[in-house]
Amino acid sequence: MSGGQGRKLIALSAIWLVLLLAPYWMVPLGGYTALATRVLVLGLAAMSLNFLLGFTGVLSFGHAAYFGLGAYGAGLTLKYLAPSTPLSLLLGMLLGGLCGAVLGTLIVRRRGVYFAMVTIAFGQVFYYIAFQWNSLTGGDDGLRGFSRQPIDFGAFRLDILGNENNFYFFVLFCFALAVAVMGFILRSPFGRTMIAIRENERRSRFLGIPVERHIWIAFTLSCFFMGLAGALYALVNNFADPKGLHYSQSGDFVMMAVMGGMRNFWGPLLGAAVFVVLQDYLSSITVNWMSFIGLLFILVVLFFPRGLLGFLQRSKA
Amino acid sequence: MMTLLLLFNVTNGLIIGAFYVLMALGLSLILNLSNVINFAHGGFLVIGGYIAYAISPYVGFWGALLLAPPLTAIIGLAVERVLIRPLYGRDPLYSLLLTFGLSFIIEDGTRFIFGPQGKPVTIPTFLSQPLSNELFFITGYRLFMVAVVIVAVALLFLLLRYTRLGIRIRAGTLDLETVAALGINVQMLRSLNFAVGIFLAGLSGVLAAGQLGLEPTMGTGLLMPSFIAIIVGGIGSLPGTLVGGLLIGVASGLTAVFLPAASEAVIYVMMAVVLLVRPRGLFGEEGMMS
Repeated sequence: MSGGQGRKLIALSAIWLVLLLAPYWMVPLGGYTALATRVLVLGLAAMSLNFLLGFTGVLSFGHAAYFGLGAYGAGLTLKYLAPSTPLSLLLGMLLGGLCGAVLGTLIVRRRGVYFAMVTIAFGQVFYYIAFQWNSLTGGDDGLRGFSRQPIDFGAFRLDILGNENNFYFFVLFCFALAVAVMGFILRSPFGRTMIAIRENERRSRFLGIPVERHIWIAFTLSCFFMGLAGALYALVNNFADPKGLHYSQSGDFVMMAVMGGMRNFWGPLLGAAVFVVLQDYLSSITVNWMSFIGLLFILVVLFFPRGLLGFLQRSKA
Repeated sequence: MMTLLLLFNVTNGLIIGAFYVLMALGLSLILNLSNVINFAHGGFLVIGGYIAYAISPYVGFWGALLLAPPLTAIIGLAVERVLIRPLYGRDPLYSLLLTFGLSFIIEDGTRFIFGPQGKPVTIPTFLSQPLSNELFFITGYRLFMVAVVIVAVALLFLLLRYTRLGIRIRAGTLDLETVAALGINVQMLRSLNFAVGIFLAGLSGVLAAGQLGLEPTMGTGLLMPSFIAIIVGGIGSLPGTLVGGLLIGVASGLTAVFLPAASEAVIYVMMAVVLLVRPRGLFGEEGMMS
């Protein structure tokens, strides 16, 4: 037992060390800091989705909506309300989370494929709103005309706009906060109950667990995290794109979670890293990168359904 | 003038609704029997359309109309056999992801082969004429399309009601395990059922090609309304899907008259209302959705 825990501690330290030093090893390897930032943000999104998918066992295929809402929330805050980065993150997160909470009440009674279908369809509502409401959202062209603002600590200002490294560490800080909260929830009795529902819903129900309420809470929490990731993504690009709300983006998130390993807390981050780097590379060498991404989907589903971490763990055992 | 405008949009809505119905019925068949959400359904529509485009110079429009749907269904059979069959019995997540990836490949592949520009499929001239000057929007082709859809839907329901295959499909939808225990080849049943669904997608592809022209992305636009048609009509009920498709078609047509910007959004509002008031959908059976 203590050996297992020791190994866990080593793995955990290794993950954080890799993340902390990313700007320093990524650039010599031919990457760029903004790519690392993107991996982190999309990794957070995939982990937020996996909070629901991997740990509660319900398949949302419309989570990009809450991601995109977070992005638009942050962008609109910066553009129209106040030039404050923390406020934009907070409001983006709230927008994604609250919309998730409301729609969640309509969704939680469904299961399996039907849950997936209803989440996809509701997710598209926000896509159409962003697409049609030209005067507010910029329509098809996306929301432009805002940029992340330096953060004022009173004594000094942290420049996150010009300095890519500073911004990376700021995102890493937000990421660490969110991930810590997520981990804390999963270790709590509530988190254990989520896993119980995943493993055997009927049995949980017989034990007197209010399953619908738990799924709704898990869904809502996951939407809050998703909103935060989306808000961060708007800051990464200084831009919010209606495509970020579209169900194909949801598909990418599900893919990241599956490819990394749904049953592992850190799996989706690994999946996001592989996916983002691969997409970045493929789109730079071929116009037909869509086909290759599609092929990746098929290969992962057919040959690595447990994801990279699941595959590694099984071959070790 | 107002009545004409109204009539124009209701007609448009019905025609679009007819497309939704064809798409949604195929999706629904596959979903009900095999628990697979076929994200590539729009892709198969595109395949059907482009097959029609490719063969119509040799066999004419009528030949393409007859040949393209079965050819699409054969491609569908091959896809089911190789890619989807290994996934039955696993979490539906996997078939969803796989067909999602497949839709990327189909879209990109058609763009690669045929180019990103729209392609026209020529329809016989007598079909492209408006029937009267007053009702300029009712062309022969549109009437013809609706007639084909009606015939196809009627044949599908007859197939399901009276043929051995249809009865087995319906029985399998209710309880696949028992059907298997009775000695029916469930793999075969699923394959044939998939092929029927893809046949309908191919048929809508040919019809859409004559009306709208062809684009590699045309399938994705029809996919979401088809989902909603299924949810509104009630999952598990094919008549529900039929009514749902027509309903959302007409609703978006009518909204286009009064509030054009909301014509896409209205179908989502309808879905939300249906789910609130009657969670199982209009014709859905209790418990089907959970």
